[in-house]
Amino acid sequence: MPTLDTPLTRPFTGPIDRLGVLVAALVAVGLFSPFALFRANRIVPGTAQTLLEALPGVGGLLAVALLSVAGLTAVIRTRASFRLMIGLGALLLLAVAIGMGANGLTPPGDKVSRIAPAMGFWLLVLGFGLLATDSVSRLRLSPLGRVGLLVAVAAAMALILASGLWSSLSVLREYANRADSFWREAGTHVALAVGSLVAAVIIGLPLGIFIHPRRRIRGWVSRGLTVIQTVPSIALFGLLIAPLAWVAANVPGAAAIGLAGIGAAPALLALFVYSLMPVVSNTLVGLDGVPAASNEAARGMGMTDGQRLVQVQLPLALPSILTAIRIVLVQNIGLATIAALIGGGGFGVFVFQGVGQTAMDLVLLGAVPTVALAFSAAVILDAVVELVSRKDQR
Amino acid sequence: MIEIEHLSKTYDGRTVVDDVSMRIADGELVVVVGTSGSGKTTLLRMINRLVEPSAGKVSIDGVDCRAIAPHLLRRQIGYAIQGHGLFPHRTVSQNIATVPGLLGWDKAKISARVDELLSLFQLDPAEFRDRYPGQLSGGQQQRIGVARALAAAPKLLLMDEPFGALDPIIRARAQLDLRDIQRRLGTTIVLVTHDMNEAILLGDRIAVMDQARLLQYDTPRKIVVSPATAFVGELLGSGERPFRLLALQPVRDFVEPGMAEGQPIDANSSLRDALEEALWSGRKAVPVRDASGALLGRVTLETAIRQAAPQR
Repeated sequence: MPTLDTPLTRPFTGPIDRLGVLVAALVAVGLFSPFALFRANRIVPGTAQTLLEALPGVGGLLAVALLSVAGLTAVIRTRASFRLMIGLGALLLLAVAIGMGANGLTPPGDKVSRIAPAMGFWLLVLGFGLLATDSVSRLRLSPLGRVGLLVAVAAAMALILASGLWSSLSVLREYANRADSFWREAGTHVALAVGSLVAAVIIGLPLGIFIHPRRRIRGWVSRGLTVIQTVPSIALFGLLIAPLAWVAANVPGAAAIGLAGIGAAPALLALFVYSLMPVVSNTLVGLDGVPAASNEAARGMGMTDGQRLVQVQLPLALPSILTAIRIVLVQNIGLATIAALIGGGGFGVFVFQGVGQTAMDLVLLGAVPTVALAFSAAVILDAVVELVSRKDQR
Repeated sequence: MIEIEHLSKTYDGRTVVDDVSMRIADGELVVVVGTSGSGKTTLLRMINRLVEPSAGKVSIDGVDCRAIAPHLLRRQIGYAIQGHGLFPHRTVSQNIATVPGLLGWDKAKISARVDELLSLFQLDPAEFRDRYPGQLSGGQQQRIGVARALAAAPKLLLMDEPFGALDPIIRARAQLDLRDIQRRLGTTIVLVTHDMNEAILLGDRIAVMDQARLLQYDTPRKIVVSPATAFVGELLGSGERPFRLLALQPVRDFVEPGMAEGQPIDANSSLRDALEEALWSGRKAVPVRDASGALLGRVTLETAIRQAAPQR
């Protein structure tokens, strides 16, 4: 039976999967590259260990064999669900291998030695990650199916973390040393990203609705927001220090509510300003997309402007507005990292500490959760956008 | 009755509608016809105050329209437009329920009304109620658009080029359906079009507009026989006037006893159809049957030719 993967008009291209070739290449290079890095303490240069060195004996051989087979299987064109299982299975195997390797490499009772994943591990994760995400998109899962898969993967990660399998890994050593501050900064990070988004929606949505029919003001506001958007983020965070410090010093009560030149206030403000343009411009785009005949009919049937806004314009603009929220949230989760530069907190604290101390493990402790958070937000909001916009399609 | 008195609209010194007066009796179907830019749509939109008149007034059953808040006025007047204007995010039944919802009808009454209208427009309620407009054909969308305009049983229905977006075959069917439904419900309709054929086919009276002015407001027959100005004549198409006149006369009024050969013609069709049939088949007369198929007699070529000239 012909499927979308095998169009009848194109000549048969053979059983080779193009992306699979890339996956296999990554796996091949990954298997020959150092798998883990052993260092006697946090600062000294480490010694590279291959997968076989990190996992001596049958375990290592078995892992290499299974990963090789998985990489080769990717080359052959197979069903997407099968490819997804191969990808996820290989990723799970890698998770177990790095954990067991780290446990094995750590001298008993040692608290200062560091075992970190090395280039080979990352290449393997990249390869099988590509395989898994590509098969998910080929599977054309329903929005809820994608969220379900995300929840399943997150649950698996949580289980691995709780089991202690990874507790010898350097990133988790760093975590163990600062578990309290990790969760505090996590809270700050989410608060910064979500808080600025909520503020941007509360201000930007009415602003967009207000300026939509007013051509002149609309041009001014759009241009102004575009200019702000072009200011580099680090510069914007810096630029806000002086005026906010002045406000804190001169406006009574400003300091009392937490306004200051540095800290969370300027970070929140900068993120808010960045969020405003996508929200306002997508509100305008959404309202522009309302068919003229629908607007005319709504007025002609006796809807007031308020009823027309709530019953016709906003529902039709909703997919566009939700798309803005998705863009802004993902963007803010990334940008909030920079807030740490001006004392705003968030995962950026670990990233910049790590950069300062040339401690890659610490950088990862900040970077990995940020990426995971942004990725999850993207998947969930994509699903919401699709669920909302699908209703009125044929 | 709708009275339009000295109605004018001026935009920045440019007159779009210039001192138009007309009366529309209850149950009449009035077609306003004109070229684009003639002011016909503005005239229509002033009736439900989508456009506020610069001068003059409109009253419905003796009540000045300015006495009612615009949105409340519009809920009493049906409104159907070109390209239907259905709400794409709402189902067919939600679309039809728009005005009853605004008027605060209870749910049971609304849903009964929706089903009643769907049946009236020959759409199976069970099948169409929960569909979205995007899942309908152009003709179905247009019918839902008119059904929505009629939902709260308005006495007056305004239609702006309601068939403009339809292809010719579906349009012809939709025009006949509208005529039929209007007869059944007794709704007063003001319909705007640029198509003189549509005006002659549907109108009890036709208002011809050009350059903001009302040139002639009369029955189709009077318009065809004695156009008020050269422009009205032009709009009719000079070579087609005898045929337009024939199109206004039903065969049933000219049946005579006697036999004729060949395929019979329906008594409700026009003399124009009879003439066409006779000429095409080379017959001197055509048999006439009623709706049940029973033969009533015949209509002759001679009659058709005689009736093609205006009787003075």
